[in-house]
Amino acid sequence: MELTLAIAIGVLTGSGVWLILRPRTYQLVIGLSLLSYAVNLFIFSMGRLRTGAAPVLDPSGAVDPASYADPIPQSLVLTAIVIGFATTALLLVVLLASRGLTGSDHVDGRESH
Amino acid sequence: MEWTRHLLIVPILLPMVTGAALLLFDETRHTFKAVVSIASTVLLLVAALALLGIANGAPEGSAALATSYAVADWPAPFAIVLVLDRLSALMLTVTAVLALASLVFSIARWDRSGPHFHTLFQFLLMGLGGAFLTGDLFNLFVFFEVTLAASYGLLLHGSGPFRVRSGLHYIAINLAASALFLIGVSLIYGVTGTLNMADLALRIPGVPPEDRMLLLAGAGILGVAFLVKAGMWPLGFWLTSAYMAAAAPVGAVFVILTKVGIYVMLRLSLLLFGSPAGELTGFGGTALVAGGIATLVFATSGVLASQSMGRLAGYSVLVSSGTLLAAVGMGDAAVVSGALFYLVSSTFTTAALFMLIELVERAREPGADLLAVTREAYGEDKEEVVEEHEDEEVGVVMPGALAILGVSFGCIALLLAGLPPLSGFLAKFAMLSGMLNLDGLGSPAEIPARTWLLVALVILSGFAALVAMMRTGIRTFWAPLEVIVPRVLVVEVAPILALLLLCLAMTVGGGAMINYTEAAARALHDPSTYIQGVLGPISTGALP
Repeated sequence: MELTLAIAIGVLTGSGVWLILRPRTYQLVIGLSLLSYAVNLFIFSMGRLRTGAAPVLDPSGAVDPASYADPIPQSLVLTAIVIGFATTALLLVVLLASRGLTGSDHVDGRESH
Repeated sequence: MEWTRHLLIVPILLPMVTGAALLLFDETRHTFKAVVSIASTVLLLVAALALLGIANGAPEGSAALATSYAVADWPAPFAIVLVLDRLSALMLTVTAVLALASLVFSIARWDRSGPHFHTLFQFLLMGLGGAFLTGDLFNLFVFFEVTLAASYGLLLHGSGPFRVRSGLHYIAINLAASALFLIGVSLIYGVTGTLNMADLALRIPGVPPEDRMLLLAGAGILGVAFLVKAGMWPLGFWLTSAYMAAAAPVGAVFVILTKVGIYVMLRLSLLLFGSPAGELTGFGGTALVAGGIATLVFATSGVLASQSMGRLAGYSVLVSSGTLLAAVGMGDAAVVSGALFYLVSSTFTTAALFMLIELVERAREPGADLLAVTREAYGEDKEEVVEEHEDEEVGVVMPGALAILGVSFGCIALLLAGLPPLSGFLAKFAMLSGMLNLDGLGSPAEIPARTWLLVALVILSGFAALVAMMRTGIRTFWAPLEVIVPRVLVVEVAPILALLLLCLAMTVGGGAMINYTEAAARALHDPSTYIQGVLGPISTGALP
């Protein structure tokens, strides 16, 4: 499971970074999205990988923290997803405005050649 | 005492409520919106001053030095805390002053050049207040994002192709930096199991050696995210064009954004990797000094090469960043004290410059910068023109508005260059004296080569600023090709003059100011007071 997750994060990050370095605004948006997926998975993995463990404590009996998943990275991921979503939406608006104002989808507003 | 504790949350709640309430009103009621926004910012300034008083009143060395406020009333390491100490109180006050000046400046016309200016502005203040007060890393991220989201909107305020293009770069770079921020925070959490800064400072010395690499990697990545914001070379190429593109009052308030990066570097490097951190003490200091020096070199050449005033102001922000980063990297209390003084002084100066530029640009023909450069390069056929005027009376009557602008411009040049009698001189002097006397005044300590380099660069950067400002000033005020008297409103000049007067006041009250920054720097170098202020009294055995 660790290997699969590590490869997934690596592939997402690699593709994201490559796309960010491309000149088209659309590639930029997709690149940033992929990067944020990778980051979210990474945060999640920092709570250690567990299967079949709930993050919410059961208050009825004595609590053994070892049998629960770490809830903090999960809440961090949730916050990060919300913020990332909002800022990506904002970036899309700016991208459209840039396309409308310059007539080009190059990130510099004009073709470089 | 009890009710004053709740003052800590005011710098976050007040702008949030004001900003949200202003959304409910139509854009046509701009006078009402401006009044509410300014009133709220005045209240914010009052609150910040009260907090400054509380922080300054705390006896030094006691745990009361850092006042903490549990937002949801859960005990400290598990829940969100706000922490007030001298440093955060100072930053809050600077922010409030700057915000008030920019807002007053904006009501002349800028606040009407696009929708929701005041709301975005208040949200920016909320993010800044939170970032300066928060006591844990994840909330720092959240408040950073609030600040950035508002700043995206403000940067685009007024629209136009140049703003949209710079805005696109600015947003993309900051989104990438936010990804780095999250990676760094989660690495640190993965190793230490906490996000509370005070708790982190306690746990870092106990991190097992096999995990140190991960911890340092996390801290390094986190640092890169802040250095992007602070504009360190080679991460700061986006800064000049973004700040240039911003509307004048927005550019002025953006000056504090780079200082947020520096504030966090200062806070975290001294808290997490201060003296108790054992082998990890001083982590990243060398990199900061080297980065600061590189930034200074880059920004100084930028200042000299700038053809337009906007770019000059942008590079001045970078000069200030470079100086501060290198000073933070030195990790010495006396240097940090001088650096804090410099931070306040340079923030006010560059903000005033951003506002002044907009007014001065009105007095010039479009493209005057370029024309002047071409004339200098190819020689000019202006001598005949000069001769024609010789019969007339000697000297030109300067119109009043231009005279005020010119005097302000001169003051800003003095401040940027660090010449007496204004506060730029005191600030640089305090910093340089700290650098050259690492072990106290008059000690025979060996001064390393990099310190000499830094000292030389700080002085050179001041000289470069003087040259560049003189050149621009002469072109604009003394030898303009065509004198256009700008139409300048009182509300536009008043904030600039107020900021400059504050710099003058900081010179007159230099003693009190230095006392304060010295106390703040000493507290930063003694993390135990901060830790006790947040986590409560800890048995001495647990303290590092």
